[in-house]
Amino acid sequence: MLQLNKLTKQYATGDLALKSVELEIPKGQVVALIGPSGAGKSTLIRCINRLVEPTSGTVELNGKQLTKLGSGALRQARRRMGMIFQEYALVERLTVMENVLSGRLGYVGFWRSFLRRYPQSDVDEAFRLLERVGLDHMADKRADELSGGQRQRVGIARALIQDPELLLVDEPTASLDPKTSRQIMRLICELCAERGLAAIINIHDVALAQMFVQRVVGLRFGEVVYDGPPDQLTPDTLTQIYGEEDWEATIEKVEDEEADALEEGAVA
Amino acid sequence: MAVATNKSGQKIWQLRDRNAQLTRWFAWFVAVAIIMYCWQAISEQTTWFFVYDAPNIAGDIMSRAMPPRWPYINELWEPLWDTINIATIGTLLSLILAVPVAFLAARNTTPHQIFCRWPALLIIVSSRSINSLIWALLLVAIIGPGIFAGTIAIALRSIGFCAKLLYEAIEEIDEKQVEAIRATGASPWQVMAYGIVPQIMPTFAGITVFRWDINIRESTVLGLVGAGGIGLQMQSSLNILAWPQVSLILLVIFLAVILSEMVSAKVRGAII
Repeated sequence: MLQLNKLTKQYATGDLALKSVELEIPKGQVVALIGPSGAGKSTLIRCINRLVEPTSGTVELNGKQLTKLGSGALRQARRRMGMIFQEYALVERLTVMENVLSGRLGYVGFWRSFLRRYPQSDVDEAFRLLERVGLDHMADKRADELSGGQRQRVGIARALIQDPELLLVDEPTASLDPKTSRQIMRLICELCAERGLAAIINIHDVALAQMFVQRVVGLRFGEVVYDGPPDQLTPDTLTQIYGEEDWEATIEKVEDEEADALEEGAVA
Repeated sequence: MAVATNKSGQKIWQLRDRNAQLTRWFAWFVAVAIIMYCWQAISEQTTWFFVYDAPNIAGDIMSRAMPPRWPYINELWEPLWDTINIATIGTLLSLILAVPVAFLAARNTTPHQIFCRWPALLIIVSSRSINSLIWALLLVAIIGPGIFAGTIAIALRSIGFCAKLLYEAIEEIDEKQVEAIRATGASPWQVMAYGIVPQIMPTFAGITVFRWDINIRESTVLGLVGAGGIGLQMQSSLNILAWPQVSLILLVIFLAVILSEMVSAKVRGAII
Protein backbone atom coordinates (compact mmCIF):
# COMPACT_ATOMS: atom_id res chain seq x y z
CA MET A 1 0.00 0.00 0.00
CA LEU A 2 2.81 2.37 0.93
CA GLN A 3 5.96 2.21 -1.11
CA LEU A 4 9.14 4.23 -0.72
CA ASN A 5 11.54 4.14 -3.66
CA LYS A 6 15.11 5.42 -3.33
CA LEU A 7 13.85 8.06 -0.91
CA THR A 8 16.64 10.53 -0.21
CA LYS A 9 16.71 13.66 1.90
CA GLN A 10 19.58 16.07 2.08
CA TYR A 11 19.11 19.07 4.36
CA ALA A 12 20.28 22.53 3.35
CA THR A 13 23.15 22.09 5.82
CA GLY A 14 24.41 19.22 3.66
CA ASP A 15 23.47 16.48 6.12
CA LEU A 16 22.28 13.40 4.31
CA ALA A 17 19.40 12.29 6.53
CA LEU A 18 18.04 9.54 4.28
CA LYS A 19 20.12 7.57 1.80
CA SER A 20 18.01 5.92 -0.85
CA VAL A 21 15.57 4.23 1.50
CA GLU A 22 13.48 1.38 0.04
CA LEU A 23 10.47 0.28 2.06
CA GLU A 24 7.16 -1.35 1.33
CA ILE A 25 4.33 -1.63 3.80
CA PRO A 26 1.25 -3.74 3.03
CA LYS A 27 -2.24 -2.77 4.14
CA GLY A 28 -2.89 -3.12 7.85
CA GLN A 29 0.70 -3.76 8.90
CA VAL A 30 2.14 -2.02 11.95
CA VAL A 31 5.85 -1.34 11.61
CA ALA A 32 8.18 -0.07 14.29
CA LEU A 33 10.99 2.13 13.06
CA ILE A 34 13.93 1.96 15.45
CA GLY A 35 17.35 3.52 15.36
CA PRO A 36 19.62 5.92 17.22
CA SER A 37 18.83 9.62 17.52
CA GLY A 38 19.69 11.35 14.27
CA ALA A 39 19.28 8.18 12.19
CA GLY A 40 16.56 9.87 10.14
CA LYS A 41 13.44 8.30 11.65
CA SER A 42 11.55 11.56 12.04
CA THR A 43 12.71 12.73 8.63
CA LEU A 44 11.50 9.49 7.08
CA ILE A 45 7.93 9.78 8.31
CA ARG A 46 7.81 13.51 7.58
CA CYS A 47 8.92 12.83 4.02
CA ILE A 48 5.90 10.57 3.57
CA ASN A 49 3.33 13.32 4.17
CA ARG A 50 5.82 15.91 2.92
CA LEU A 51 6.02 18.02 6.05
CA VAL A 52 9.66 17.64 5.01
CA GLU A 53 10.20 17.80 1.28
CA PRO A 54 12.26 14.80 0.07
CA THR A 55 15.25 15.60 -2.15
CA SER A 56 14.76 12.68 -4.51
CA GLY A 57 13.01 9.34 -4.76
CA THR A 58 9.30 8.66 -4.63
CA VAL A 59 6.60 7.94 -2.09
CA GLU A 60 3.64 5.99 -3.37
CA LEU A 61 0.38 5.55 -1.44
CA ASN A 62 -2.10 3.17 -3.10
CA GLY A 63 -0.40 3.72 -6.44
CA LYS A 64 -0.54 7.50 -6.17
CA GLN A 65 2.80 9.30 -6.23
CA LEU A 66 2.71 11.72 -3.29
CA THR A 67 6.02 13.28 -4.24
CA LYS A 68 4.60 14.72 -7.46
CA LEU A 69 1.41 16.27 -6.06
CA GLY A 70 0.65 19.99 -6.20
CA SER A 71 -0.30 21.75 -2.97
CA GLY A 72 -4.07 21.20 -3.29
CA ALA A 73 -3.74 17.51 -4.14
CA LEU A 74 -1.14 17.09 -1.40
CA ARG A 75 -3.60 18.47 1.16
CA GLN A 76 -6.18 15.94 -0.06
CA ALA A 77 -3.63 13.14 0.24
CA ARG A 78 -2.64 14.25 3.74
CA ARG A 79 -6.23 13.71 4.90
CA ARG A 80 -5.69 9.96 4.58
CA MET A 81 -2.48 10.00 6.65
CA GLY A 82 -3.02 10.58 10.35
CA MET A 83 -0.04 11.78 12.33
CA ILE A 84 0.67 11.36 16.03
CA PHE A 85 3.46 13.36 17.65
CA GLN A 86 6.05 12.98 20.36
CA GLU A 87 4.95 15.90 22.49
CA TYR A 88 1.32 15.53 21.43
CA ALA A 89 1.38 18.78 19.41
CA LEU A 90 -2.16 19.63 20.48
CA VAL A 91 -3.18 23.25 20.11
CA GLU A 92 -2.81 24.05 23.78
CA ARG A 93 -5.34 26.84 24.08
CA LEU A 94 -8.15 25.03 22.28
CA THR A 95 -10.52 22.57 23.90
CA VAL A 96 -10.23 18.81 23.55
CA MET A 97 -13.20 18.82 21.19
CA GLU A 98 -11.71 21.53 18.98
CA ASN A 99 -8.46 19.59 18.85
CA VAL A 100 -10.20 16.39 17.82
CA LEU A 101 -12.34 18.17 15.23
CA SER A 102 -9.23 19.85 13.81
CA GLY A 103 -8.52 16.45 12.29
CA ARG A 104 -11.42 17.20 9.91
CA LEU A 105 -9.91 20.47 8.67
CA GLY A 106 -8.99 18.88 5.36
CA TYR A 107 -12.66 18.03 4.76
CA VAL A 108 -14.46 21.22 5.84
CA GLY A 109 -14.28 24.69 4.34
CA PHE A 110 -12.53 27.62 6.00
CA TRP A 111 -15.58 29.45 7.38
CA ARG A 112 -17.20 26.31 8.74
CA SER A 113 -14.00 25.47 10.59
CA PHE A 114 -13.41 29.08 11.66
CA LEU A 115 -16.91 29.35 13.14
CA ARG A 116 -16.61 25.83 14.58
CA ARG A 117 -19.74 24.71 12.74
CA TYR A 118 -18.67 21.20 11.86
CA PRO A 119 -21.15 18.79 10.25
CA GLN A 120 -23.08 16.78 12.84
CA SER A 121 -21.59 13.54 11.46
CA ASP A 122 -18.10 14.83 12.34
CA VAL A 123 -19.22 15.77 15.84
CA ASP A 124 -20.80 12.31 16.30
CA GLU A 125 -17.58 10.67 15.17
CA ALA A 126 -15.56 12.91 17.52
CA PHE A 127 -17.68 11.83 20.49
CA ARG A 128 -17.37 8.18 19.43
CA LEU A 129 -13.59 8.45 19.23
CA LEU A 130 -13.30 10.30 22.53
CA GLU A 131 -15.30 7.53 24.13
CA ARG A 132 -13.08 4.92 22.46
CA VAL A 133 -9.90 6.52 23.86
CA GLY A 134 -11.58 7.01 27.25
CA LEU A 135 -11.93 10.79 27.31
CA ASP A 136 -15.62 11.36 26.64
CA HIS A 137 -15.99 13.38 29.85
CA MET A 138 -13.12 15.69 28.86
CA ALA A 139 -14.57 17.16 25.64
CA ASP A 140 -14.87 20.69 27.06
CA LYS A 141 -11.53 20.82 28.89
CA ARG A 142 -8.73 22.89 27.46
CA ALA A 143 -5.87 20.79 26.08
CA ASP A 144 -3.33 22.29 28.47
CA GLU A 145 -5.31 21.03 31.46
CA LEU A 146 -4.73 17.38 30.54
CA SER A 147 -2.00 14.98 31.65
CA GLY A 148 0.52 13.58 29.18
CA GLY A 149 -1.30 10.31 28.60
CA GLN A 150 -4.63 12.09 28.13
CA ARG A 151 -3.11 14.50 25.66
CA GLN A 152 -1.70 11.68 23.60
CA ARG A 153 -5.15 10.08 23.55
CA VAL A 154 -6.54 13.33 22.15
CA GLY A 155 -3.73 13.25 19.59
CA ILE A 156 -4.75 9.73 18.61
CA ALA A 157 -8.40 10.75 18.28
CA ARG A 158 -7.38 13.71 16.12
CA ALA A 159 -5.42 11.41 13.80
CA LEU A 160 -8.23 8.85 13.57
CA ILE A 161 -11.03 11.31 12.83
CA GLN A 162 -9.19 12.05 9.58
CA ASP A 163 -10.37 8.60 8.47
CA PRO A 164 -6.81 7.63 7.54
CA GLU A 165 -5.43 4.56 5.81
CA LEU A 166 -2.02 5.08 7.30
CA LEU A 167 -0.83 6.33 10.66
CA LEU A 168 2.51 8.11 10.95
CA VAL A 169 3.50 7.97 14.58
CA ASP A 170 6.53 9.92 15.79
CA GLU A 171 7.85 8.77 19.19
CA PRO A 172 4.39 8.43 20.75
CA THR A 173 5.71 7.40 24.15
CA ALA A 174 8.89 9.44 24.53
CA SER A 175 7.33 11.88 27.00
CA LEU A 176 5.30 9.33 28.94
CA ASP A 177 5.90 7.12 31.97
CA PRO A 178 6.42 3.36 31.36
CA LYS A 179 2.90 2.32 32.21
CA THR A 180 1.20 5.05 30.17
CA SER A 181 3.62 4.28 27.34
CA ARG A 182 2.38 0.72 27.20
CA GLN A 183 -1.25 1.77 27.36
CA ILE A 184 -0.74 4.23 24.53
CA MET A 185 1.13 1.69 22.38
CA ARG A 186 -1.56 -0.89 23.05
CA LEU A 187 -4.27 1.60 22.15
CA ILE A 188 -2.58 2.58 18.90
CA CYS A 189 -2.03 -1.05 17.88
CA GLU A 190 -5.59 -2.07 18.83
CA LEU A 191 -7.04 0.79 16.83
CA CYS A 192 -4.89 -0.14 13.83
CA ALA A 193 -6.17 -3.71 14.06
CA GLU A 194 -9.82 -2.58 14.45
CA ARG A 195 -9.67 -0.34 11.43
CA GLY A 196 -7.17 -2.22 9.31
CA LEU A 197 -4.73 0.68 9.34
CA ALA A 198 -1.10 0.47 8.43
CA ALA A 199 1.22 2.37 10.73
CA ILE A 200 4.83 3.41 11.00
CA ILE A 201 5.80 3.98 14.60
CA ASN A 202 9.09 5.68 15.42
CA ILE A 203 10.17 4.42 18.77
CA HIS A 204 13.24 4.44 20.99
CA ASP A 205 12.10 1.74 23.36
CA VAL A 206 13.08 -1.50 21.61
CA ALA A 207 11.45 -3.72 24.19
CA LEU A 208 8.17 -1.84 23.90
CA ALA A 209 8.29 -2.10 20.13
CA GLN A 210 8.87 -5.86 20.30
CA MET A 211 5.81 -6.24 22.52
CA PHE A 212 3.36 -4.73 20.08
CA VAL A 213 4.41 -4.74 16.45
CA GLN A 214 4.57 -7.30 13.65
CA ARG A 215 7.63 -5.93 11.94
CA VAL A 216 10.69 -3.92 12.93
CA VAL A 217 12.76 -1.75 10.63
CA GLY A 218 16.14 -0.57 11.91
CA LEU A 219 17.55 2.65 10.56
CA ARG A 220 21.14 3.79 10.93
CA PHE A 221 22.70 6.87 9.32
CA GLY A 222 19.71 7.12 7.00
CA GLU A 223 19.92 3.53 5.76
CA VAL A 224 17.77 0.49 6.48
CA VAL A 225 20.03 -2.00 8.25
CA TYR A 226 17.39 -4.37 9.63
CA ASP A 227 13.98 -5.38 8.39
CA GLY A 228 12.30 -8.35 9.95
CA PRO A 229 10.11 -9.74 12.70
CA PRO A 230 10.59 -8.40 16.23
CA ASP A 231 11.70 -11.70 17.75
CA GLN A 232 14.69 -11.97 15.44
CA LEU A 233 16.32 -8.89 16.91
CA THR A 234 19.54 -10.28 18.34
CA PRO A 235 22.33 -8.51 20.18
CA ASP A 236 24.21 -8.57 16.88
CA THR A 237 21.47 -6.81 14.95
CA LEU A 238 21.02 -4.26 17.73
CA THR A 239 24.77 -3.59 17.59
CA GLN A 240 24.41 -3.12 13.87
CA ILE A 241 21.60 -0.58 14.40
CA TYR A 242 22.77 1.30 17.45
CA GLY A 243 26.47 0.49 17.80
CA GLU A 244 28.44 -1.50 20.36
CA GLU A 245 26.71 -2.03 23.72
CA ASP A 246 25.70 -4.90 25.96
CA TRP A 247 22.31 -5.83 24.56
CA GLU A 248 21.56 -8.98 26.53
CA ALA A 249 19.78 -7.05 29.26
CA THR A 250 17.51 -5.26 26.78
CA ILE A 251 16.41 -8.44 25.15
CA GLU A 252 15.98 -10.33 28.39
CA LYS A 253 13.87 -7.49 29.68
CA VAL A 254 11.59 -8.01 26.73
CA GLU A 255 10.72 -11.50 27.85
CA ASP A 256 10.10 -10.30 31.41
CA GLU A 257 7.88 -7.56 30.21
CA GLU A 258 5.96 -9.87 27.96
CA ALA A 259 5.32 -12.03 31.00
CA ASP A 260 4.24 -8.91 32.90
CA ALA A 261 1.96 -7.90 30.11
CA LEU A 262 0.35 -11.31 30.11
CA GLU A 263 -0.20 -11.11 33.86
CA GLU A 264 -1.60 -7.63 33.51
CA GLY A 265 -3.97 -8.86 30.85
CA ALA A 266 -5.02 -11.77 33.05
CA VAL A 267 -5.75 -9.46 35.98
CA ALA A 268 -7.71 -7.09 33.78
CA MET B 1 43.24 33.18 31.14
CA ALA B 2 42.31 33.83 34.68
CA VAL B 3 43.94 30.63 35.89
CA ALA B 4 47.60 30.92 36.89
CA THR B 5 50.03 28.81 38.85
CA ASN B 6 52.06 30.32 41.71
CA LYS B 7 55.58 29.30 42.78
CA SER B 8 54.49 26.45 44.96
CA GLY B 9 52.50 24.94 42.08
CA GLN B 10 49.15 25.93 43.50
CA LYS B 11 46.49 26.91 40.97
CA ILE B 12 45.20 30.46 41.43
CA TRP B 13 41.84 31.45 39.98
CA GLN B 14 40.69 35.02 39.44
CA LEU B 15 37.69 36.27 37.50
CA ARG B 16 39.95 38.42 35.27
CA ASP B 17 43.65 38.51 34.71
CA ARG B 18 45.71 41.69 35.18
CA ASN B 19 45.35 43.03 31.62
CA ALA B 20 41.60 42.53 31.51
CA GLN B 21 41.32 44.25 34.89
CA LEU B 22 43.41 47.25 33.76
CA THR B 23 41.35 47.56 30.58
CA ARG B 24 38.19 47.72 32.63
CA TRP B 25 39.57 50.38 34.95
CA PHE B 26 40.64 52.42 31.96
CA ALA B 27 37.17 52.17 30.41
CA TRP B 28 35.64 53.43 33.67
CA PHE B 29 38.12 56.30 33.74
CA VAL B 30 37.20 57.33 30.18
CA ALA B 31 33.46 57.14 30.93
CA VAL B 32 33.78 59.33 34.05
CA ALA B 33 35.92 61.84 32.15
CA ILE B 34 33.31 62.15 29.40
CA ILE B 35 30.52 62.70 31.94
CA MET B 36 32.56 65.41 33.72
CA TYR B 37 33.25 67.18 30.45
CA CYS B 38 29.58 67.12 29.42
CA TRP B 39 28.51 68.39 32.83
CA GLN B 40 30.87 71.31 32.46
CA ALA B 41 29.48 72.14 29.01
CA ILE B 42 25.89 72.05 30.33
CA SER B 43 26.83 74.19 33.31
CA GLU B 44 28.39 76.88 31.13
CA GLN B 45 25.20 77.21 29.11
CA THR B 46 22.88 77.42 32.09
CA THR B 47 21.89 80.70 33.67
CA TRP B 48 22.22 79.56 37.23
CA PHE B 49 20.37 82.55 38.55
CA PHE B 50 17.13 81.20 37.10
CA VAL B 51 17.79 77.78 38.55
CA TYR B 52 18.40 79.22 42.04
CA ASP B 53 15.18 81.18 41.65
CA ALA B 54 13.21 78.14 40.45
CA PRO B 55 11.69 77.18 43.85
CA ASN B 56 10.26 80.68 44.24
CA ILE B 57 8.75 80.70 40.75
CA ALA B 58 7.37 77.20 41.17
CA GLY B 59 5.90 78.18 44.52
CA ASP B 60 4.38 81.29 42.95
CA ILE B 61 2.71 79.29 40.16
CA MET B 62 1.51 76.73 42.67
CA SER B 63 -0.08 79.40 44.85
CA ARG B 64 -1.81 80.87 41.82
CA ALA B 65 -2.96 77.42 40.66
CA MET B 66 -4.42 76.52 44.01
CA PRO B 67 -7.22 75.91 44.55
CA PRO B 68 -8.26 74.46 41.15
CA ARG B 69 -11.20 76.22 39.59
CA TRP B 70 -13.77 73.48 40.21
CA PRO B 71 -16.71 74.91 38.21
CA TYR B 72 -14.50 74.69 35.10
CA ILE B 73 -14.99 70.89 35.22
CA ASN B 74 -18.28 71.29 33.35
CA GLU B 75 -16.36 72.43 30.30
CA LEU B 76 -14.00 69.46 30.53
CA TRP B 77 -16.39 66.51 30.31
CA GLU B 78 -16.76 66.72 26.55
CA PRO B 79 -13.06 67.10 25.71
CA LEU B 80 -12.31 64.26 28.16
CA TRP B 81 -14.81 62.04 26.36
CA ASP B 82 -13.19 63.06 23.05
CA THR B 83 -9.78 62.13 24.43
CA ILE B 84 -10.94 58.65 25.42
CA ASN B 85 -12.59 58.21 22.02
CA ILE B 86 -9.45 59.27 20.20
CA ALA B 87 -7.46 56.68 22.14
CA THR B 88 -9.98 53.86 21.75
CA ILE B 89 -10.90 54.32 18.10
CA GLY B 90 -7.27 55.06 17.24
CA THR B 91 -6.19 51.79 18.86
CA LEU B 92 -8.88 49.79 17.02
CA LEU B 93 -7.96 51.36 13.67
CA SER B 94 -4.30 50.64 14.22
CA LEU B 95 -5.03 46.98 15.03
CA ILE B 96 -6.91 46.50 11.76
CA LEU B 97 -3.71 47.44 9.95
CA ALA B 98 -1.20 46.04 12.44
CA VAL B 99 -2.44 42.43 12.27
CA PRO B 100 -1.82 41.90 8.54
CA VAL B 101 1.45 43.84 8.77
CA ALA B 102 2.58 41.58 11.62
CA PHE B 103 1.81 38.42 9.64
CA LEU B 104 3.74 39.84 6.68
CA ALA B 105 6.67 40.78 8.89
CA ALA B 106 7.03 37.53 10.86
CA ARG B 107 9.68 35.27 9.33
CA ASN B 108 7.58 32.13 9.69
CA THR B 109 4.38 33.48 8.12
CA THR B 110 5.54 35.99 5.51
CA PRO B 111 4.69 35.01 1.92
CA HIS B 112 8.01 36.37 0.71
CA GLN B 113 11.17 37.20 2.64
CA ILE B 114 11.99 40.28 0.57
CA PHE B 115 8.89 41.53 -1.25
CA CYS B 116 6.55 41.17 1.73
CA ARG B 117 8.74 41.21 4.80
CA TRP B 118 10.78 44.31 4.03
CA PRO B 119 7.85 46.59 3.17
CA ALA B 120 6.15 45.40 6.36
CA LEU B 121 9.24 46.18 8.40
CA LEU B 122 9.46 49.57 6.70
CA ILE B 123 5.87 50.34 7.72
CA ILE B 124 6.67 49.33 11.28
CA VAL B 125 9.83 51.40 11.50
CA SER B 126 8.36 54.52 9.91
CA SER B 127 5.28 54.37 12.11
CA ARG B 128 7.38 53.94 15.24
CA SER B 129 10.00 56.55 14.45
CA ILE B 130 7.52 59.44 14.32
CA ASN B 131 5.97 60.60 17.59
CA SER B 132 2.18 60.87 17.66
CA LEU B 133 2.46 64.60 18.37
CA ILE B 134 4.36 65.03 15.11
CA TRP B 135 1.88 62.82 13.25
CA ALA B 136 -0.84 65.09 14.67
CA LEU B 137 0.98 68.24 13.53
CA LEU B 138 1.23 66.82 10.00
CA LEU B 139 -2.36 65.60 9.96
CA VAL B 140 -3.79 68.86 11.28
CA ALA B 141 -2.10 70.54 8.34
CA ILE B 142 -3.37 67.90 5.89
CA ILE B 143 -6.94 67.14 7.03
CA GLY B 144 -7.60 70.12 9.26
CA PRO B 145 -7.83 70.41 13.06
CA GLY B 146 -10.16 68.25 15.11
CA ILE B 147 -10.75 64.86 16.63
CA PHE B 148 -10.40 63.00 13.34
CA ALA B 149 -6.80 64.19 12.89
CA GLY B 150 -6.03 63.09 16.45
CA THR B 151 -7.56 59.65 15.93
CA ILE B 152 -5.57 59.05 12.76
CA ALA B 153 -2.39 60.31 14.45
CA ILE B 154 -2.85 57.82 17.29
CA ALA B 155 -3.65 55.02 14.83
CA LEU B 156 -0.58 55.70 12.69
CA ARG B 157 1.70 55.82 15.69
CA SER B 158 0.27 52.59 17.14
CA ILE B 159 0.54 50.43 14.00
CA GLY B 160 4.28 50.04 14.37
CA PHE B 161 4.15 49.32 18.08
CA CYS B 162 1.39 46.71 17.84
CA ALA B 163 2.74 45.09 14.68
CA LYS B 164 6.24 44.81 16.11
CA LEU B 165 5.15 43.15 19.35
CA LEU B 166 2.71 40.93 17.47
CA TYR B 167 5.19 39.74 14.86
CA GLU B 168 7.68 38.88 17.58
CA ALA B 169 4.96 36.80 19.24
CA ILE B 170 4.22 35.09 15.91
CA GLU B 171 7.89 34.22 15.48
CA GLU B 172 7.98 32.62 18.90
CA ILE B 173 5.03 30.25 18.48
CA ASP B 174 5.41 26.50 18.92
CA GLU B 175 5.92 25.19 15.38
CA LYS B 176 4.92 21.66 16.36
CA GLN B 177 1.30 22.71 16.82
CA VAL B 178 1.39 24.31 13.39
CA GLU B 179 2.94 21.19 11.89
CA ALA B 180 0.24 19.02 13.45
CA ILE B 181 -2.51 21.13 11.91
CA ARG B 182 -0.76 21.13 8.54
CA ALA B 183 -0.50 17.32 8.70
CA THR B 184 -4.31 17.02 8.81
CA GLY B 185 -4.52 18.43 5.28
CA ALA B 186 -5.65 21.89 6.40
CA SER B 187 -5.44 24.82 3.98
CA PRO B 188 -3.01 27.68 4.72
CA TRP B 189 -5.83 29.84 6.14
CA GLN B 190 -6.99 27.01 8.34
CA VAL B 191 -3.43 26.46 9.55
CA MET B 192 -3.39 30.13 10.50
CA ALA B 193 -6.76 30.03 12.26
CA TYR B 194 -6.08 26.80 14.16
CA GLY B 195 -2.31 26.58 14.51
CA ILE B 196 -1.19 30.18 14.92
CA VAL B 197 -4.06 32.41 16.09
CA PRO B 198 -4.84 30.50 19.32
CA GLN B 199 -1.17 30.69 20.26
CA ILE B 200 -0.87 34.46 19.85
CA MET B 201 -4.31 35.37 21.23
CA PRO B 202 -3.15 36.16 24.80
CA THR B 203 -0.29 38.31 23.53
CA PHE B 204 -2.62 40.05 21.11
CA ALA B 205 -5.08 40.95 23.84
CA GLY B 206 -2.24 42.08 26.11
CA ILE B 207 -0.79 44.32 23.40
CA THR B 208 -4.19 45.84 22.65
CA VAL B 209 -4.89 46.82 26.23
CA PHE B 210 -1.35 48.03 26.83
CA ARG B 211 -1.41 50.23 23.72
CA TRP B 212 -4.86 51.59 24.59
CA ASP B 213 -3.48 52.56 27.98
CA ILE B 214 -0.53 54.37 26.36
CA ASN B 215 -2.85 56.04 23.85
CA ILE B 216 -5.03 57.54 26.60
CA ARG B 217 -1.93 59.35 27.84
CA GLU B 218 -0.75 60.34 24.38
CA SER B 219 -4.14 61.67 23.28
CA THR B 220 -4.26 64.09 26.22
CA VAL B 221 -1.49 66.17 24.63
CA LEU B 222 -2.72 66.03 21.03
CA GLY B 223 -4.97 69.04 21.65
CA LEU B 224 -1.84 71.18 22.06
CA VAL B 225 -1.43 71.07 18.28
CA GLY B 226 -5.16 71.32 17.59
CA ALA B 227 -5.93 67.64 17.13
CA GLY B 228 -8.85 67.54 19.56
CA GLY B 229 -9.26 66.32 23.12
CA ILE B 230 -8.49 67.80 26.49
CA GLY B 231 -5.13 69.22 25.36
CA LEU B 232 -7.04 71.97 23.56
CA GLN B 233 -8.42 73.28 26.87
CA MET B 234 -4.96 72.99 28.37
CA GLN B 235 -3.50 75.07 25.56
CA SER B 236 -6.07 77.84 25.86
CA SER B 237 -5.81 77.93 29.67
CA LEU B 238 -2.03 78.20 29.47
CA ASN B 239 -2.30 80.99 26.92
CA ILE B 240 -4.42 83.14 29.23
CA LEU B 241 -2.32 82.15 32.29
CA ALA B 242 -5.41 80.66 33.93
CA TRP B 243 -3.43 78.54 36.39
CA PRO B 244 -6.43 77.31 38.44
CA GLN B 245 -7.87 75.85 35.21
CA VAL B 246 -4.51 74.26 34.32
CA SER B 247 -4.30 72.56 37.70
CA LEU B 248 -7.83 71.20 37.32
CA ILE B 249 -7.01 69.83 33.85
CA LEU B 250 -3.85 68.17 35.15
CA LEU B 251 -5.86 66.60 37.94
CA VAL B 252 -8.47 65.31 35.50
CA ILE B 253 -5.79 63.83 33.22
CA PHE B 254 -4.12 62.23 36.22
CA LEU B 255 -7.37 60.58 37.29
CA ALA B 256 -8.18 59.45 33.74
CA VAL B 257 -4.76 57.80 33.39
CA ILE B 258 -5.10 56.04 36.74
CA LEU B 259 -8.51 54.77 35.66
CA SER B 260 -7.16 53.47 32.36
CA GLU B 261 -4.28 51.75 34.16
CA MET B 262 -6.78 50.04 36.44
CA VAL B 263 -8.93 48.91 33.53
CA SER B 264 -5.98 47.53 31.57
CA ALA B 265 -4.56 45.74 34.61
CA LYS B 266 -7.94 44.09 35.19
CA VAL B 267 -8.34 43.05 31.56
CA ARG B 268 -4.80 41.68 31.33
CA GLY B 269 -5.36 39.71 34.51
CA ALA B 270 -8.56 38.25 33.10
CA ILE B 271 -6.88 37.13 29.86
CA ILE B 272 -3.81 35.42 31.29
